[in-house]
Amino acid sequence: MAWTRDQMCERAALELEDGFYVNLGIGMPTLVANYIPDSMSVTFQSENGMLGMGEFPLDNEVDADLINAGKQTITELPESVYFDSATSFAMIRDGHIDLSILGALQVAENGDLANWMIPGKMVKGMGGAMDLVAGVRRVIVLMDHNAKDGSPKLLKKCNLPLTGAGVVDTVITDLGLFEIKNDQLYLSELAPDTSLEEVRERTEAEFVQ
Amino acid sequence: MSNYKKVFPDAKTALDGLLFNDMTILAGGFGLCGIPEHMIVAIRDSGVQNLTVASNNCGIDDFGLGLLLQTKQIKKMISSYVGENKLFEEQFLNGELELEFNPQGTLAERCRAGGAGIPAFFTKTGVGTVIAEGKETRDFDGETYLMEHSLKGDLAVVTAWKGDKLGNLMFRKTARNFNAPMATAGKTCVVEVENLVEVGDIEPDQIHLPGIYVDRIFEGQNFEKRIERRTIRDS
Repeated sequence: MAWTRDQMCERAALELEDGFYVNLGIGMPTLVANYIPDSMSVTFQSENGMLGMGEFPLDNEVDADLINAGKQTITELPESVYFDSATSFAMIRDGHIDLSILGALQVAENGDLANWMIPGKMVKGMGGAMDLVAGVRRVIVLMDHNAKDGSPKLLKKCNLPLTGAGVVDTVITDLGLFEIKNDQLYLSELAPDTSLEEVRERTEAEFVQ
Repeated sequence: MSNYKKVFPDAKTALDGLLFNDMTILAGGFGLCGIPEHMIVAIRDSGVQNLTVASNNCGIDDFGLGLLLQTKQIKKMISSYVGENKLFEEQFLNGELELEFNPQGTLAERCRAGGAGIPAFFTKTGVGTVIAEGKETRDFDGETYLMEHSLKGDLAVVTAWKGDKLGNLMFRKTARNFNAPMATAGKTCVVEVENLVEVGDIEPDQIHLPGIYVDRIFEGQNFEKRIERRTIRDS
């Protein structure tokens, strides 16, 4: 049995360190926050202008002026700070954010990332994703190993438009954890009860173990 | 009050004489948070046409900038994300609406630079992607950067929580977003505030945006402040 989505998030949470400033993408990456041990202090950035994101509000705490980058209502913490969008992306662009965890449509073995558009379908926009992957010190992709139709998502070369070139450091899928160093993909961990043969079968990219 | 030439009674009068066809408007806000909701209605009611609007998003079908899509007053949007809006999709696919995608941080910095006398800047964001097509690149310390031009508007329409009669502003929580950089980058800047206060009521150290950037200000009545994704936890 490979990793479940919860186990993938749990594994991703192990990459966080005490004192880190972290930006989590919309969707599955958001769930990583649930697996941070109480002993660890991590500050979450929301690129619409906040450091120190709190949990979702109680019904009577909802505030229209307080939302996350996914436009959901959130709360503040004693350590929260607000700032404008230019300041927010200045700290992202210059690498003051330690880690970003985000989803992907495709990742290439050299770290190219595609996660913002599928030609022919309605284009919604890249939001802050291009800025985050270009600027944040370390980028972890959290994604299913294969697309819904079974096609591989870890490729020799992305065929969808890129979000960033050579930007991904680590990929966590249901089958394992991969690292990318010097344009080379390494399989660092296999998920439980997953064979190397299965990973090879379901991966287009070349990787070394 | 007569001493305070920047103060206007409402959105319609505050925008009087500033709107013209084919103009570029910078509109503050992120999603529906911190949008100039009264001025968007006043712009709609003015009937001004062929607008280029720079805004991170384009509202929803029946609120915010979506209102200007309903009336087809927008010719072109400059945005980072427009996924919330069916009307947008329809007009874009029909070819009725032009769209220029900017990465969110690039859009914010284009406005900041526009309001700071910086005509262009270099950024790593978008290098090696479609965003880089046709743009000059240059290497600094072995890394490739992309040149982006600053963005200025004929008009900036922004929202703040508190403003005094000289236009000194204070924002609230994540409603600050694009409002601050966009306010600096309009040839004219009009601000709607939830609370118009006397000069001196905001501590000088607590002013987020100096009134030098603000040309006109009014207090909006009955802000609707709609929430796009009301998300709550169980008690």
